Amino acid sequence: MSGRRLFATPARRAAVAPFLWMLLFFLLPFGFVLKISLSHAVMAQPPYLPVFDPAEGIAALKAAIAALSLDNFRLLASDHFYVLSYLRSVVVALVSTSILLAIGYPIAYGMSRLPARWQPIAMILVIVPFWTSFLVRVYAWINILQHDGILNNVLMALRLVSAPVVWLSTDAAMYIGLVYSYLPFMILPLYATLAKIDPALLEASADLGGSRLTTFWLVTVPLSLPGIGAGALLCFIPIVGEFVIPDLLAGSASPMIGQTLWLEFFNNHDWPVASAIAVVLLVLLLAPLLVYERVQRRRLEGTR
Amino acid sequence: MTDEERRDFEATAQADKPLLQVDAVVRRFGEVSAVDHLSLDIRTGEFFALLGPSGCGKTTLLRMLGGFETPDGGRILLDGQDISGVPPHRRPVNMMFQNYALFPHLSVRDNIAFGLRRAGLPRAGIEARVTEMLALVSLDGMEKRKPEQLSGGQRQRVALARALARRPRLLLLDEPMAALDKKLRENTQAELMRLQRRLGMTFIIVTHDQEEAMMMADRIGVMNAGRLQQVATPRQLYEAPNSRWIAEFVGGINIIDGAVESSGRGRMSVATQSAGPVTVATPLQALTTDQVCVAIRPEKVRLSSGEAAPDAGDAAGTNRMEGVIAGVSYLGGQTRYQVRLDRGALLHASVANTVRREAEAFETAQRVVACFAPDDCMVLDR
Ligand SMILES: Nc1ncnc2c1ncn2[C@@H]1O[C@H](COP(=O)(O)OP(=O)(O)OP(=O)(O)O)[C@@H](O)[C@H]1O
Ligand SMILES: [Mg+2]
Repeated sequence: MSGRRLFATPARRAAVAPFLWMLLFFLLPFGFVLKISLSHAVMAQPPYLPVFDPAEGIAALKAAIAALSLDNFRLLASDHFYVLSYLRSVVVALVSTSILLAIGYPIAYGMSRLPARWQPIAMILVIVPFWTSFLVRVYAWINILQHDGILNNVLMALRLVSAPVVWLSTDAAMYIGLVYSYLPFMILPLYATLAKIDPALLEASADLGGSRLTTFWLVTVPLSLPGIGAGALLCFIPIVGEFVIPDLLAGSASPMIGQTLWLEFFNNHDWPVASAIAVVLLVLLLAPLLVYERVQRRRLEGTR
Repeated sequence: MTDEERRDFEATAQADKPLLQVDAVVRRFGEVSAVDHLSLDIRTGEFFALLGPSGCGKTTLLRMLGGFETPDGGRILLDGQDISGVPPHRRPVNMMFQNYALFPHLSVRDNIAFGLRRAGLPRAGIEARVTEMLALVSLDGMEKRKPEQLSGGQRQRVALARALARRPRLLLLDEPMAALDKKLRENTQAELMRLQRRLGMTFIIVTHDQEEAMMMADRIGVMNAGRLQQVATPRQLYEAPNSRWIAEFVGGINIIDGAVESSGRGRMSVATQSAGPVTVATPLQALTTDQVCVAIRPEKVRLSSGEAAPDAGDAAGTNRMEGVIAGVSYLGGQTRYQVRLDRGALLHASVANTVRREAEAFETAQRVVACFAPDDCMVLDR
């Protein structure tokens, strides 16, 4: 197809916009990161070598390309520290996403059952926390969870515990922070699919002898699968790379990959290793996306 | 005795006891009474049709029987037991929804098997029943498709099969054949009737197609604004409507306003402005005023050409009115004429085309005589 035909209509031109966006703000920067991940660190400005400089001519460029290596990736694979860091990130993301689903589904389900005029209000209540800066909200949790914070005061007042519980710098605090922060991302796509389910389908199920529980499992849940998938991805992917919440709320014993990356970049000034971590993370996260895409396509195609 | 024979036996044994009693049931939506103190008895094994203009409350009534709406008043008894508190999934009633409500994530087969699985039928029994149902609605070979891969008519048939599969005591059908073409509709009608007789099921069907209602139903109930205006056999409904509204709603009709002039010896004379004096048979139920209307079905009006001698065989008292053909619509099996009477009324007459050649046809502007017997006329309150 010639360029002329590709850009023939305004609609076609508009369809190119997302690709342009991808190219400019994703592929190009990713190209830089990829190149840096193949370089090695030096004490200089910029802090890595080789550097591509078109002014130095073809021969210098060839030499620079020859100097690129996979050493950083070999390091990531051989050092337990990095492997464990990736593993922890995936485990934390899996656990949080499961908790988010378990909490988010009933909330979204309840919202979709509200009388029509209450639903927008419930929606606003879910979104309202976004009006406060994310960082402020995480700091607020530090306040709540600290030694003489609200949580311990309440627990003590209710005589549920006799001495203040250590919350901060534990995984529990981190999960509380993660679930709290990502809950809207789970609820909204779930709510969107649940609200779309035709109530007549639930009636049809009841008519055919399905109790409320049967109807829920055989009609509501299958029909909300796209929402479950979207919500899970929307939470899982950013949580794997999460930095702020584990850094502020969890202990420092085993960092998540986002923290490790930060460490390499800012503490060790090792841009190439940091870049390699980012590249591997991206490749890891492509996997669930591809699976999701595959499943969605199969759903659309049906059993034709 | 086989299962089916026993069912037949039970059906006959209970034939005179009503299966369903609807007793002064009310359902309001805000200000509107969608169903307004409606009472109705349905016998076991009966095929009952509900007719009525759009929005008169047919779906609402069916939904109350299925358990999806709670009556604001009155009682619904099934086998003499009040089922108001019984949730839909415990009622021996199935409904075919007006918009089908097929499960989009399930195949045709699984849609039909859904109710059978809930009933705990053995696997082999389910398979057999699903296959039978697929054949019934001529959807063999489509069992693996999803509802979105079917045409409107095919979806409707899946919905029908799904509702029938459980062989409920009472089956509620909300416009089950609205999306089918004529041929398929006739086949499905015949199949439904056969099945209903064979299984001794009781059907309540909502339809906008009066011929369909007449053809299938033992009795027809005509609703208007939440109330049943008349419940009668198809013939009674057509030949002896109990009100002007019913007469106008069911089939085509000519209505001429007038006033009772004299009556006696089974005959009544009604003076009308637009058609002169009309002789009619005295109605069985007394009229409340002498301000009445005369109603006559188009096919009961006979036409003859103006010059022709009056039909010698006609009984005395036949109404004869002269006029001019104002319009002709040829419909294949019959031709509809509009006759402008000299006195002013526009009379519709439909004539069966019993012979092929055109000699018997009338033309526009031709003078004709319209005749109809007093016994074919109905007198109704205005
Ligand atoms: N859920 C509802 N809320 C408010 N009004 C309703 C509701 N359901 C039905 N109605 C009203 O009740 C009346 C009867 O509706 P219904 O659906 O029973 O009519 P219908 O006879 O089935 O009409 P159609 O032949 O068009 O299907 C209508 O005036 C309708 O607007
Ligand atoms: Mg309706």
